[in-house]
Amino acid sequence: MKKINTEPLFKRQNYFLRIGAVITVVMLLMIVVGYFWTPYSTTQMNADLKFAGPSLAHPFGTDNFGRDIFSRVTEGAGTTFFIAVCVVLIGCIGGTIIGSLTGYFGGAADTILMHICDAITAFPSILMALVIIAAFGGGKYRIILILGILFIPSFARVVRGEFVRQKNLNYIYSARLMGAGHFRIMFRHILPNTIPVLLPAISIGFNNAVLAEASMSYLSIGVQPPDASLGRMLSEAQVYLGKAPWYAIFTGLVIVLLILGFSLLGEGLQQKNRR
Amino acid sequence: MSDSVILEVRNLNSFYRQSGGIFSKKSTKQVLRNINLRMQQGEILGVVGESGSGKSTLAKVILGIVRDYQGEVIHYSPRPQMVFQDPYSSLNPAFSVGRIVEEPLLIYGKYTAAERKRRVVAMLEDVGLGSEYLNRKPRELSGGQRQRISIATAMIVRPKLVILDEAVSALDVTIQDQILDLLMRLKNEYNLSYLFISHDLNVIYQCCDRSIVMKDGQIVEENTVDALFDHPQHEYTRQLLRAAE
Repeated sequence: MKKINTEPLFKRQNYFLRIGAVITVVMLLMIVVGYFWTPYSTTQMNADLKFAGPSLAHPFGTDNFGRDIFSRVTEGAGTTFFIAVCVVLIGCIGGTIIGSLTGYFGGAADTILMHICDAITAFPSILMALVIIAAFGGGKYRIILILGILFIPSFARVVRGEFVRQKNLNYIYSARLMGAGHFRIMFRHILPNTIPVLLPAISIGFNNAVLAEASMSYLSIGVQPPDASLGRMLSEAQVYLGKAPWYAIFTGLVIVLLILGFSLLGEGLQQKNRR
Repeated sequence: MSDSVILEVRNLNSFYRQSGGIFSKKSTKQVLRNINLRMQQGEILGVVGESGSGKSTLAKVILGIVRDYQGEVIHYSPRPQMVFQDPYSSLNPAFSVGRIVEEPLLIYGKYTAAERKRRVVAMLEDVGLGSEYLNRKPRELSGGQRQRISIATAMIVRPKLVILDEAVSALDVTIQDQILDLLMRLKNEYNLSYLFISHDLNVIYQCCDRSIVMKDGQIVEENTVDALFDHPQHEYTRQLLRAAE
């Protein structure tokens, strides 16, 4: 048999993937290093250094208590990232289980569950989370749980759509003829084929989770002081917007980079899969 | 005689139900009407008819993919398999070729990894593909190569009966001939029986022993291929023959 050359003649560069990967890796490095070591203590206050502008000693300046903003942003990015990853994990696993079962078996359970998902999606997720937290109290882990559950429908819908599309393709019929059971068909045959649609959903979900955490902490119902989170810092920074604009600018910049990196990465992966 | 029968279909009727939602009535369409057929071991039975005549439904009912039927389908062989028309949707796009062909062995689950590998490579060679195809993905292959993979997947469990549902219709003529040659060779090697579904009379004439002609879900004529082509009895068969000339 002749070998077939599968290399394209002109390789298109996937800039989204590259730039996204670089930004994400830099942010992850910052978070991981920041977890073990920061240039200054994140809680140590220093009255002499109140509102110091960006300098070599404090590249991002200091805040209203004289704390180093770079150190706090590093820690805050870590908290935000941890919450976002957990939220996406809960949403993705829950959504995949619900979406694959309903998409594959269909029937009454499918209709009912999808209507429940519609109902949940009809409310803005942040509003829903606000209501629940107002009723039961906040805190990091509660936020993760609530946002995670609220994120399930979006993943369930994506996975279900793909299962409905795939389950009537001939390769599924031939798997059934071989005697494959339902669970083997669902998780060994169909699930790997949902990854191309699941990846962008994960990157969008991650961004939404970062924003949701930031907004909730901004409304001071999320992470409690003295813990740093990006949203919390942004809400503190807006009070001193005139006096110390670097506080808001650098905190906002980190949020933007965190989201941008993941968006580009998701877009890049989508492009890669399309080829 | 009956001990060499491999497939028997008695008084088969099948319906297609359309549930139009909550507010509209369910409509039922009969796709198969009173089908009776009997296949001998080693026979190639053609099923010919225009699209919509129920050929594919017949195949799916026989294999149990469509369960909405009345009547009897009796298999005298284990694990009947099917090769589909569209070589693009019949292979799992996420699997490599090696994994696709190995899957039936994994499901029947009584082989060691080395034994599976050996059988997969042997099967690929039997359909004219080498072991260099093991790690390829279906999307890297041509239609003819994909159809060879489909055939390998169907035959690796050594079925006695294989249903070929328009198995060569999506391929161009030269590839068609190659695949038909391959199917005939495998039939002799593995002692197979084929239920050969096609709308192409020339292909039916080329490979089948006997054929049935279907129209609107009914069998209108059944005879040996020679008799069918030389002395067609039913008006519809004559129409088909005229159209194929």
